Amino acid sequence: MSGWLDSILQGLLLGALYALFAAGLSLVFGVMRLVNVAHGDFIVLSAFLALALQRLLGFSSPFLTLILLVPLMFIFGYLLQRTVLNPALGEDILRPVLITFGLSVIIQNGLLQAFSADSQKLHGGRLEVASIALPAGLAVGTLPLLTLVVSAALIGLLQWMLYNTRLGRALRATSDDLSTAGLMGVNTPHLFAVAAGIAMVTVAVAGVFTGVRASFDAVSGPDWLIFAFEAVIIGGLGSLWGTLAGGMILGMAQTTGARFSPSWQLLSGHLVFLAILIFWPRGLFPRRME
Amino acid sequence: MSLLTVSKLNACYGDFQALFEIDLEANPGEVVAIIGANGAGKSTFLSAIAGNVRSRGNAISLGGEAISGLRPWEIVRRGVALVPEGRRLFSSLSVEENLLIGAYAKKKDAWPLAQIYELFPQLKLKNRLSSLSLSGGEQQMVAIGRALISNPRLLMCDELSLGLAPVVVHDIYETLAAIRDRGVALIIVEQNVKQALAFADRVYCFQEGRVSLTGRANQLKPEQISRAYFGLEGAA
Repeated sequence: MSGWLDSILQGLLLGALYALFAAGLSLVFGVMRLVNVAHGDFIVLSAFLALALQRLLGFSSPFLTLILLVPLMFIFGYLLQRTVLNPALGEDILRPVLITFGLSVIIQNGLLQAFSADSQKLHGGRLEVASIALPAGLAVGTLPLLTLVVSAALIGLLQWMLYNTRLGRALRATSDDLSTAGLMGVNTPHLFAVAAGIAMVTVAVAGVFTGVRASFDAVSGPDWLIFAFEAVIIGGLGSLWGTLAGGMILGMAQTTGARFSPSWQLLSGHLVFLAILIFWPRGLFPRRME
Repeated sequence: MSLLTVSKLNACYGDFQALFEIDLEANPGEVVAIIGANGAGKSTFLSAIAGNVRSRGNAISLGGEAISGLRPWEIVRRGVALVPEGRRLFSSLSVEENLLIGAYAKKKDAWPLAQIYELFPQLKLKNRLSSLSLSGGEQQMVAIGRALISNPRLLMCDELSLGLAPVVVHDIYETLAAIRDRGVALIIVEQNVKQALAFADRVYCFQEGRVSLTGRANQLKPEQISRAYFGLEGAA
């Protein structure tokens, strides 16, 4: 019995990581209807950047690299949106998909060149093996718990920003009606770039937490992208709390599936995703649509 | 010198030219009405002023500064606001948020939120509701308030009376009169010609993208207008 409970608990914690993958994807899709196929590769890219920064500057913990990585990725996201993605947005939803697909290929090959095909890991020291004992013989790892706290806090912060700030108001208005938002004085190309920058902040955090938790290589991105997509779709498009819930449902599906057989872990996640897509095509917590 | 000067404005949607050589002026505290049949180019004209339809050269100037070619958010900052046809409220924003988004570009508080609520008291009671839960007339009030709060020198209204009960239309035009009396220039596009003639100082009639008639509202004769409106010789 406690074995099942443990699976569910670990699934929740794993799901928080998936939600972290998915937060930026969800934000960007919600605001500008942009499907970013390179999202997973951006996460891998920031894991490698954290690795390089740590080697170069001798940070004692990979988490400290976030001090540099967060502003760096924000600027990267802003400029990428302004120069490459904004011109591709428009009636045709396929164009940005193709462009981000191209970016994905470029990033993977660039990383292969720069870091070789070797598998890498960020080293979090004692944090990686520390755990907290719970009643009933259960235990949670400190790192997964920290991931959950950070993931929930980040999503909560994004949600607060969307509903309580001038920027958030402009983001929601632009999501509703792009051309009318422009008429109201919203500089929409700039706003999109800010949204992309914020998404890259979540990517930077996701990259470091994933890199400490698991090993990664230049072509890990697409695997992570799948989890991010599934979390977003399960939760419902355009809903950030839904994305957190979606990530956790996916995580639980994987860990409980793995109890039957380790080879079932990924399959059971995908099956639950498919089932939800069949019975709730708009996800579990879709944003109210017009 | 007039506030808005439009001279020889051409505008296109792709390969389709919608406006030909339009000349138009609007002065502070003046109401200019644009009438014309469906497809005459009235809405396109407003969109061109607001920057949503691109125009070239120096065709449009505001207070002596050329604004043609600027993007919509730059034009709002110079004091031009549009109440678009069909209101186009933001469905995921509350009433108050819809009003506040109009202040996104604002420089100074000529129309603070409190004053908008003074103009439209019933909006204050519903400020937290979704803009979709309002009646058509209330939605139109939000659309006007949202435009006003950006502190425009020129306020353009597209088909305000469309789909509204006559008594509501009457109230809304009374409010517009109060706005005009504060020195704002108004350009209104109206299907309801009677309403337009009664409220406007000057009238421009558009026909197939050209100005077919212009003059003071109280001096135009009905047969002149119907000819300019429909383009039929001898129509009464």
